[in-house]
Amino acid sequence: MNEVAITLGSPAVGAILLAIYGDRTQASRLNVLVSLVTFAASALLAMRVISEGALLVYNDAFFVDSFNVFLVTLTAFVAFTTALFSRPYMLNEQGRGRITSRRLRLYHCMYHVFVLTMLLVLLTNNIGIMWVALEAATLATVLLVSLYRTPASIEAAWKYFILCSVGIAQALFGTILIYLAAEKVLGGGGNALLWTHLNQVKGDLEPTVMSLAFVFLIVGYGTKAGLAPLHNWLPDAHAEGPTPISAVLSGLLLNIALYAIVRCKVLVDGALETPFAGNLMMGFGILSVVIGAFFLSRQKDVKRMFAYSSIEHMGLTTFAFGMGGPVATFAALLHMTVHSLTKSAIFFTVGHAAQKTGTQVMDDIRGLIVTNPTIGWGMMLGTLAILGMPPFGVFASEFLILTTAMRQEPWAAPILLVSLGVAFAAMFMRVQAMVFGETTAKRLPHAPALVPVFVHLGLVLMLGLWIPPYLADWYRLAAKLIG
Amino acid sequence: MSAQLINLMASLMLLIAFAMLAQRRILSLVYLFAWQGAVLAVNSLIVGWYTGHHELYLSAFFTVLLKVIALPMVLHYLIRRLGIQWDVETLINIPATMLAGIALVVFAFNLALPISQLAETITRGTLGIAIAVVLLAFLMMITRRKAVPQVIGFLAMENGLFFAATSATYGMPMVVELGILLDVIVGVLILGIFFFQVREAFDSLDLKHMEKLKESES
Repeated sequence: MNEVAITLGSPAVGAILLAIYGDRTQASRLNVLVSLVTFAASALLAMRVISEGALLVYNDAFFVDSFNVFLVTLTAFVAFTTALFSRPYMLNEQGRGRITSRRLRLYHCMYHVFVLTMLLVLLTNNIGIMWVALEAATLATVLLVSLYRTPASIEAAWKYFILCSVGIAQALFGTILIYLAAEKVLGGGGNALLWTHLNQVKGDLEPTVMSLAFVFLIVGYGTKAGLAPLHNWLPDAHAEGPTPISAVLSGLLLNIALYAIVRCKVLVDGALETPFAGNLMMGFGILSVVIGAFFLSRQKDVKRMFAYSSIEHMGLTTFAFGMGGPVATFAALLHMTVHSLTKSAIFFTVGHAAQKTGTQVMDDIRGLIVTNPTIGWGMMLGTLAILGMPPFGVFASEFLILTTAMRQEPWAAPILLVSLGVAFAAMFMRVQAMVFGETTAKRLPHAPALVPVFVHLGLVLMLGLWIPPYLADWYRLAAKLIG
Repeated sequence: MSAQLINLMASLMLLIAFAMLAQRRILSLVYLFAWQGAVLAVNSLIVGWYTGHHELYLSAFFTVLLKVIALPMVLHYLIRRLGIQWDVETLINIPATMLAGIALVVFAFNLALPISQLAETITRGTLGIAIAVVLLAFLMMITRRKAVPQVIGFLAMENGLFFAATSATYGMPMVVELGILLDVIVGVLILGIFFFQVREAFDSLDLKHMEKLKESES
């Protein structure tokens, strides 16, 4: 109970403190400290769930089970390491004159608002509040995407705002429809939107309304999760915003939106008893994989390329959730975890590489390994990990997804394999050229924080070789829940 | 009697949605938006009074406060500060847009048919109109090339969704409704800041300048 309060309270307090002191020189340390408190609270919460099982606190307002607890910990952890990374990164940006101290205050404050909204999406038991928090997450990041105030960044932020708000408005309609179905069974009032209550009566919910609701929900939340063909905002927002924001957008926000879809899918599956929701998710998923992989190979901007890679991986995860079954769902949960860790690690190295060379154009970034071997190796290893090379964790999850696809949905396997192959060839070629060769990179005034990169990659490596028993249990329990 | 009043309100909503689609002056759009909020509030009052769902009064109160008074004032202020109160947008082919709008209304009624048969509310007949209002706002956002009308389109869409919630289920639970209103307020505040950023960067609020981030060029 207290853990939930601290997990949600610390970013809220942090946002207020940083709104006041966010422009001081020590603010970035405070930023790290607040994130550390959030992470510690979420770790305590996780331990509590390990020992006591699912929690339902404050009049059923918050709900922690095996599905969201690892996402809460993951979100708090990546938010913490991103805060570590953003300290030298933002100091360097300030040194280059790209941001002023007032904007730094905005950045610090909004960062915690963003973390708060994401944690709220995960922890709330009310699917209406889930919608509210996810919309708030968009609003919190709009001004962060346009932080540099360049025409391109403002355009990206505008596109992000309009597309995501319109998209998510569809999800609100979906939520209204769920409420319509739920009201009949549970009666009116606040309880009819509580997920745990809905889950108990999901078999009695009106199937026609629920299937229509799911169409709106997947379009709405899918826009947020970067599923094709609603992904247009994603590469722009990732490329034009500051790199710590790209890292959390890609590593965390996409996961959160997908989480919302999967929570709703559980209800819809219970009401329909047909694979309608799963088929829809597989369709969106496979389209995202194909579009992600093929557009990825055409990119010239390094952050755009990795943004398309996120679309591809989100598609793969959605596809796996759509297939359903214990193995595919287990793999999807694992994939969510390892993608989040790997992609944020890659963005950390990309951010520093772009600072060292003063550009995000891949053709102008060369020889990273010469001036700073850790950045070079970090990017190389991160890329190998995200491309699914063994022994990293992404290999394990992709292997599970592909083998299940061959068994359950044989038509999809070749499409997935070709797309992954295209992504592999294109990305490896680009990254290899950036890492090796003659260099134009220069030293940075503030030494980059590369510990997070290797911590993340270390964890991904560990998950590829050995999954801790409690984590495996969670995945299995969650997989059973999602079905 | 009440059912007729509710139907009247629904038709007014639809009429305003069409008027917005064709309105070229930015200031008039703001007034239309305020009127739409007023109709929405009156509708909530009638439904609340007739069905005894008294929390709808509160919802109507917040709607008046926010959508009839606060937001139009903020928009009005922004428009004056940005000096665009006399802006007239050149809309291409209003008749074609209207025809597309009518097609959307037909589509919306078809979409709403299975749901409204299941809903047990007195207002269920208006669900089709609610969906139509949402879709028309969407169409408006697509056809506009300027920033402020796009935002008004977005807010009109929110109105349509509130209307849908009232007709399908007598409104969402209060805590959710308040949360949605909070998002709308924060959203408009952020956009207010954002308008100035857009103008600073592009010297105009015309979105046609914003076409640099195209896939073909990257």
